Amino acid sequence: MADLRVNIGRLEMKNPVMTASGTFGYGLEFQDFVDLEKIGGIIVKGTTLAPREGNPYPRMAETPMGMLNAVGLQNKGVHYFVEHIYPQIKDISTNMIVNVSGSQVEDYAETASIINGLENIPAIELNISCPNVKQGGMAFGVSAHGAAEVVSAVRKVYDKTLIVKLSPNVTDITEIARAAEGAGADSVSLINTLLGMAIDAEKRRPILSTVTGGMSGAAVKPIALRMVWQVAKAVKIPVIGLGGIMNWKDAVEFLLAGASAIQIGTANFIDPAVTVKVAEGINDYLERHGYNSVKDIIGALEV
Amino acid sequence: MKKYVLDLTVTENLSLHASYALIKLTQADPLPAMRPGQFAEIRIDGSCTTFLRRPISINFVDYEKNEVWFLVQLVGDGTRKLATVKKGDTVNVVLPLGNGFTLLPDNSKKVLLTGGGVGTAPMLYFGKVLAEKGFKPIFLLGARSAKDLLQLDEFAAYGEVYTTTEDGSAGEKGYVTAHSILQREKFDMIYTCGPKPMMMAVARYAKANNIECEVSLENTMACGVGACLCCVEKTDEGHVCVCKEGPVFNIKKLLWQI
Repeated sequence: MADLRVNIGRLEMKNPVMTASGTFGYGLEFQDFVDLEKIGGIIVKGTTLAPREGNPYPRMAETPMGMLNAVGLQNKGVHYFVEHIYPQIKDISTNMIVNVSGSQVEDYAETASIINGLENIPAIELNISCPNVKQGGMAFGVSAHGAAEVVSAVRKVYDKTLIVKLSPNVTDITEIARAAEGAGADSVSLINTLLGMAIDAEKRRPILSTVTGGMSGAAVKPIALRMVWQVAKAVKIPVIGLGGIMNWKDAVEFLLAGASAIQIGTANFIDPAVTVKVAEGINDYLERHGYNSVKDIIGALEV
Repeated sequence: MKKYVLDLTVTENLSLHASYALIKLTQADPLPAMRPGQFAEIRIDGSCTTFLRRPISINFVDYEKNEVWFLVQLVGDGTRKLATVKKGDTVNVVLPLGNGFTLLPDNSKKVLLTGGGVGTAPMLYFGKVLAEKGFKPIFLLGARSAKDLLQLDEFAAYGEVYTTTEDGSAGEKGYVTAHSILQREKFDMIYTCGPKPMMMAVARYAKANNIECEVSLENTMACGVGACLCCVEKTDEGHVCVCKEGPVFNIKKLLWQI
């Protein structure tokens, strides 16, 4: 057995496999299929200060080797999470991480500070890849200035491991990653979904109620891999790679590209037990190649 | 109910006609318990355009033969690929998913099970379970034409069967809601599955006549376990996942304009 342990800031993980927010519920939805404690970290669904109903149905369109979603951060809000969800997940023996979303800087900061008080939540992932700012309608995650503003505000009130999830819908993702690092992020995770669209030609209508949506799944992997490689070279903080990882081999590719950990998202829908299989597959790969530790292959790509 | 990912073996794949396949699956171990109205997420192997599993309702469970049946309508590339499986092939399924139909405690109640098109699928297993519990279910099955009425002999084993076709080639001509059985019988509960306009018409009839009614929805879904929040339906409690809180809903919970 190779040593699969990795660190993300002060966060210690038994293996580099995490679940992507919004694809694994609160973990509980998958406990019939996998031993949750064998997963390095579980990032639960996007949580906002106030409850959100999300977007109208239809919210999903299948695409070749992928899918589009337009869920719109449906969740019952952080207070509901604290009272009703946290008691159910706090004793799961892995890193239970909350994805924090918002539409204003103050909301992000307030949500983060509430979660800061939860003993068994060792980290948050800040989703700056979705909503709009109150002034100007500019998304936080698509400008270095916006990213720095929200990360700084959260950093002031949150003292555990702060991961910032980056949007790929930008000209230069390394610029945003450096801004997040400069504002105090302990890690960046990438990529969130790519903006896409699907049309029903027969009905001459968009498939999604919102017209456009976020694309994920196997089809996005080459883009994600490229961005992880670029960002890993641009920042000193650990990078968490995600986007289209379907199996252990994909996961190893992200580690070689420079990711210190990986997240599995859409693949959970196709194989609800994929997370544990990926962790086992990484171990087999390391043993086969004679590595003692997964850390030996992080960024080990020979170009 | 505990959910499983299973590699099942095809025992039979019957082409019911050009648009439908009846796929029967088994495994060495006893199949898990399944409730009528629940569904499975079936992985489609070898289709380059199909990424997600296909949610398919449980058509029948034969515990003696240790078989679960799926009635598959060939709609797109995924279901067409699924319909090519042969005896002995492996099919990966996640089941049982969703809540299933509500069984009334009193088996003297008159229940109508009405389905349209491939929506008749879950009614067969439900009819069997109802008959075993002493109910005398009445089936009202609708289709475009006679050739689209499926499994009529199987249904007849568990209750009276009435049919409608849009072209009048079998049963009464028209939609299920126009069938004369609705005038002749007074039902205590109606269960329905089929195209949304049909289910809405049934729900409208039930509501107007003060009859309890459950509908089985088929919103497009991805995960099947309530994680991705894609298949939501608006209810009196806001958006809920059809895959987890449904697919069966009492019409009182839905915000349908009926």
